[in-house]
Amino acid sequence: MSFPWANEYKPQAPLMQWLDEKLPLPRFVYNAIGAGYPVPRNLNYAWNFGVLAGFCLVLQIVTGVILAMHYAANAGVAFDSVEHIMRDVNWGWMMRYAHANGASAFFVVVYVHIFRGFFYGSYKAPREMIWLLGVVIFLLMMATAFMGYVLPWGQMSFWGAQVITGLFSAIPLVGDALHTWLLGGFAPDNAALNRFFSLHFLLPFVIAAVVVLHIWALHIPGSSNPTGVEVKSESDTVPFHPYYTAKDGFGLGVFLIGYCALLFFFPNSLGHPDNYIPANPMQTPAHIVPEWYFWPFYAILRAFTQNFFFIPAKLMGVLAMFSAILVWFFLPWLDRSPVRSASYRPLYRKFFWALVVDAVILGYCGGSPAAEPYVMISQLAAIYYFAHFLIIVPIVSAIERPAPLPFSITEAVLGQDEGAVLAPAAAH
Amino acid sequence: MSDHAGTEAVLPEGGEGVRRRDFINIAAVSAAGVGGVVTLLPLISQMAPSADVLAESSTELDVSAIASGQAIKAVFRKQPVFVRNLTPKEIAEAEAVDVSTLRDPQTLKERTKPGKENWLITMGVCTHLGCVPLGAGEGEVKGEFGGYFCPCHGSVYDTAARIRKGPAPKNLQVPEYAFTSDTVVKIG
Repeated sequence: MSFPWANEYKPQAPLMQWLDEKLPLPRFVYNAIGAGYPVPRNLNYAWNFGVLAGFCLVLQIVTGVILAMHYAANAGVAFDSVEHIMRDVNWGWMMRYAHANGASAFFVVVYVHIFRGFFYGSYKAPREMIWLLGVVIFLLMMATAFMGYVLPWGQMSFWGAQVITGLFSAIPLVGDALHTWLLGGFAPDNAALNRFFSLHFLLPFVIAAVVVLHIWALHIPGSSNPTGVEVKSESDTVPFHPYYTAKDGFGLGVFLIGYCALLFFFPNSLGHPDNYIPANPMQTPAHIVPEWYFWPFYAILRAFTQNFFFIPAKLMGVLAMFSAILVWFFLPWLDRSPVRSASYRPLYRKFFWALVVDAVILGYCGGSPAAEPYVMISQLAAIYYFAHFLIIVPIVSAIERPAPLPFSITEAVLGQDEGAVLAPAAAH
Repeated sequence: MSDHAGTEAVLPEGGEGVRRRDFINIAAVSAAGVGGVVTLLPLISQMAPSADVLAESSTELDVSAIASGQAIKAVFRKQPVFVRNLTPKEIAEAEAVDVSTLRDPQTLKERTKPGKENWLITMGVCTHLGCVPLGAGEGEVKGEFGGYFCPCHGSVYDTAARIRKGPAPKNLQVPEYAFTSDTVVKIG
């Protein structure tokens, strides 16, 4: 679906006309990300991050397929094959650093994209399905990133695999059997490494498929915008191409400067030195932590140190960690405010920034050792995290008095909308 | 519309009566469905431990060199196993605990062999998320209860390797083992 004033695809060249009759792929692209997709004229740079996430996915698939040409998923040689990539393969060091830091860049971009959604209420009707699919993509990204981190078979890889698959052993009754089944053994070994490699190769393509659904669902209502006011007329929109291809292109350039600085000057700054030690099942590193993008969730996992009524602490931690993401699925129905954008929600806006601070605190604690005061801070921050979604958001949306909304996007941009005067007569 | 009328002629009137075609339909879909589900079994089962992984045989250990108060890390099923020669003081500490206050209530006697109460043999796998606890190696932190301490998430075990503090739900697991002689232990 699109707006009635969307440009129509009219191929001129005979070849393109022929192709349009047989397989209208250029028409599809034109209507999806070309001049045939009308987009609100007031999108700010927060709207660049969807395209950036798509770029990161392509970057990860390209570098990942190349790495798979040189990598060997066997516990005996995996570590050495990664060193072979780093030292012997032409440009291998760059491919591996691009892939490892590409994962970090992907998560940076996706976290901004998600918090853009929190701020501008992008999850609200009629865009709930886009949000739900986005949460699915995030879960798939987490699984993919985790399994990818296991592949170098260093100390952090091995113990990360041990700890994360150990989460499943917390499930009552079937937990231990499930844990053994997932690993194909009693501890991470060759069987686990092989299946992680197989799935790490598969999941990015599953992500790409869900991204297609995500964009498909987006094109039904069209993009939201910083005012949260729906598109009313043609003057509210501009064609995606050339306006937003240009704006996204500029954003991509800025992103690439940061990414390349990381890649070429600090390629190991986000990694752990312990992962350059080959996996040793007899020795746990003194301080094991996941990659930075899992720290907030890891802090919630570790926040449960006592049994909670009859639920063991271990199960409680695992449930809380997964719930921290699953709660996002319910957000469209927890936030009852009809106003989307936090720009017009003075009270919600304060709690939004409190959530950002809370997530940063959780992240800091998750990257710190499991000792006081970090455990207690994690507990408080975890309580606040869940309170935000389950208590604060529903209450704020009920009691808040939002600021007046502009009549239209055009009015928000130009200060007046000629259509606003005519609208009551023209609408019916 | 005449096509539609023709289709209607073979439908049962008012939805009553069972046709031969209904039986064939249900039988075929059921057989295909059951067959499809059965096909999943090998697809799921292939992920379980393979025969060579399960065939990891038992481990025999000579414990004569372990002095009182010392411990070693051995390997059983590619996982660490702690063999610890408890001192009389550590045994006394373990037995002084009121078992009913423990998260996973067990006495030291239940976790050792009769007459061999000083030999504490447990898996070196934290029951929380599977890290190797500290305390078996020379100079490692033993935690505030003198047994083992897991650095990953802060679980503390006492001198009978029972969970005392932190997120782990169970005591360190005691594997199947037997003393084949005074100084040789067979694990598994």
